[in-house]
Amino acid sequence: MSMITADPKDVPHVEHFAFTPDNLAKAQVLMANYPPGRQASAVIGVLDLAQRQQGWLPRAAMVEVAKLLEMAPIRVYEIATFYTMFQLKPRGKYLLQVCTTTPCWLRGSDAVMKACQHAADGETFSVQEVECLGACVNAPVVQINDDFYEDLDEASINKVLDAFRRGESPKAGPQVDRQTSAPQGGLTTLRSE
Amino acid sequence: MLADKDRVFTNLYGIHDWRLAGARARGAWDDTKAILDKGHDAIIDEMKKSGLRGRGGAGFPTGLKWSFMPKEVKDRPHYLIVNADESEPGTCKDRDIMRHDPHLLVEGCLVAGFAMRSHAGYIYIRGEFYNEAQNLQAAIREAYDAGLLGKNACGSGWDFDLYLHRGAGAYICGEETALLESLEGKKGMPRLKPPFPAGSGLYGCPSTVNNVESIAVAPTILRRGATWFAGIGRPNNTGTKLFCISGHVNKPCNVEEEMGIPLREVIERHAGGVRGGWDNLLAVIPGGASVPLLPKSICDTVLMDFDSLRDQKTGLGTAAVIVMDKSTDVVKAIARLSQFYKHESCGQCTPCREGTGWMWRVMERMVLGNAHIEEIDALDDVTRQVEGHTICALGDAAAWPIQGLIRHFRPEMERRIRARTEKLAAE
Repeated sequence: MSMITADPKDVPHVEHFAFTPDNLAKAQVLMANYPPGRQASAVIGVLDLAQRQQGWLPRAAMVEVAKLLEMAPIRVYEIATFYTMFQLKPRGKYLLQVCTTTPCWLRGSDAVMKACQHAADGETFSVQEVECLGACVNAPVVQINDDFYEDLDEASINKVLDAFRRGESPKAGPQVDRQTSAPQGGLTTLRSE
Repeated sequence: MLADKDRVFTNLYGIHDWRLAGARARGAWDDTKAILDKGHDAIIDEMKKSGLRGRGGAGFPTGLKWSFMPKEVKDRPHYLIVNADESEPGTCKDRDIMRHDPHLLVEGCLVAGFAMRSHAGYIYIRGEFYNEAQNLQAAIREAYDAGLLGKNACGSGWDFDLYLHRGAGAYICGEETALLESLEGKKGMPRLKPPFPAGSGLYGCPSTVNNVESIAVAPTILRRGATWFAGIGRPNNTGTKLFCISGHVNKPCNVEEEMGIPLREVIERHAGGVRGGWDNLLAVIPGGASVPLLPKSICDTVLMDFDSLRDQKTGLGTAAVIVMDKSTDVVKAIARLSQFYKHESCGQCTPCREGTGWMWRVMERMVLGNAHIEEIDALDDVTRQVEGHTICALGDAAAWPIQGLIRHFRPEMERRIRARTEKLAAE
């Protein structure tokens, strides 16, 4: 769980945050998913919208979300600091979330982590060690923004990172010749049509 | 081996179209109205007869769980909640259901929701599964557009709304009451039970929380009959199951197999065998990070189902098979899991909040052998003081892998301690 402090020095001060009309509409769609008076249920989703708009989650955005959902600001701060996907300071354009939990570690996440740490410059890439991403049969896995890059090793993660540096969007999913979570080299089941 | 005709997840690998047209061609949404016409209680009875046990880890009979919901809807609405917060290390099966066959889950929600007399369901999907959530949301939208969800769903006369709710990164939200808290817009901290969710769950209303796989198999069971499902596997351990085989195998993969398949067979037939051959096997964690590991001697013969694994003092859990060959630093592998539980403890209960950190720190010393022999017993003792003394099972889950390590690999832990002591004495 990440920690929030009153005015950390490495967090730029954001005076004002307002949702774009588009995001405000999306927030209202989310709020309508819950019974009347239960709009606080949408807090994770609405914070996520704020984070996508701003690139990270400044205090001003949390206050705005609290207002919109009629919640006490402290309740929103609690959520923002409890859930690991909320970024409480600015990060690079691409967030490299490297899974190092045992199934990934067994298949070489140490080398992948090293490559990501080497690439992290805070502008193009930021790196974060994360717990199990839930793609263990495609280990090691790195989540880059919204996409999973799978079956990685040092060479293939570097290839992916180079592509991002060139401004390309490398293909997500397995980085070896493989159909999603199927065994490599040919199916053992579901061969009949 | 399970025949392809008996597989429920026929688009497990996403080779075919996951959208409504593709799902229908594979048999989903085929006369769902006829299933609903059987009535609430008949559906629950059929589910009970199928012997389906919850696929989220605990293995509680699904039909029985559904029957705990009140028989009449009074002043409070009923809710179906689907636990799609898949985060148990080693487990990645629900992800494949949601991205490659989301209509199985959506149809299952209608059937399960109807059976427990609910008009609304929420699917709580982990936040990291962004693309999976997109597919699932698209499937829900398709179902609404086709009249399969919403008012008079499938022409059954029953109204059912289904909503997708994304999380934001917290393993603890896979615990059913923490999930409910999170769904209400709070921190994911588990609730004391009782009251159980069937009495007082989401917003204080009767609710039932089920795993994705449990819900997704329901329509097929009801279509093909409980007898078909119950005929697969072994008594009390029936049906098909998705296995996730990760770690030191030649071809890690997900696969649907029958319950009770020998562990060795599932690894060798589908995952290309252990790296370096079966004799190169050191240990297997058979059901996700929370369950104790098994040494090779037990792996040789053990069957993959709830009762067989329980008899070996471990569990089927989510059927996430994590394989470790002889090159593995097994103490470090378990220490990494201790770090996981330390990170994921919600901090509510003292034994877990303090215990997970303490156990992790001692485990890190055990990796180096930087400990006294007696500390192995002290560690084992502490795991038992955490286990069973917390609101939810995360404390137990943190304790069990360490207990398994001590049970089966104590000589290795002692060897490290002696080696380090001797090395220090020699210097």
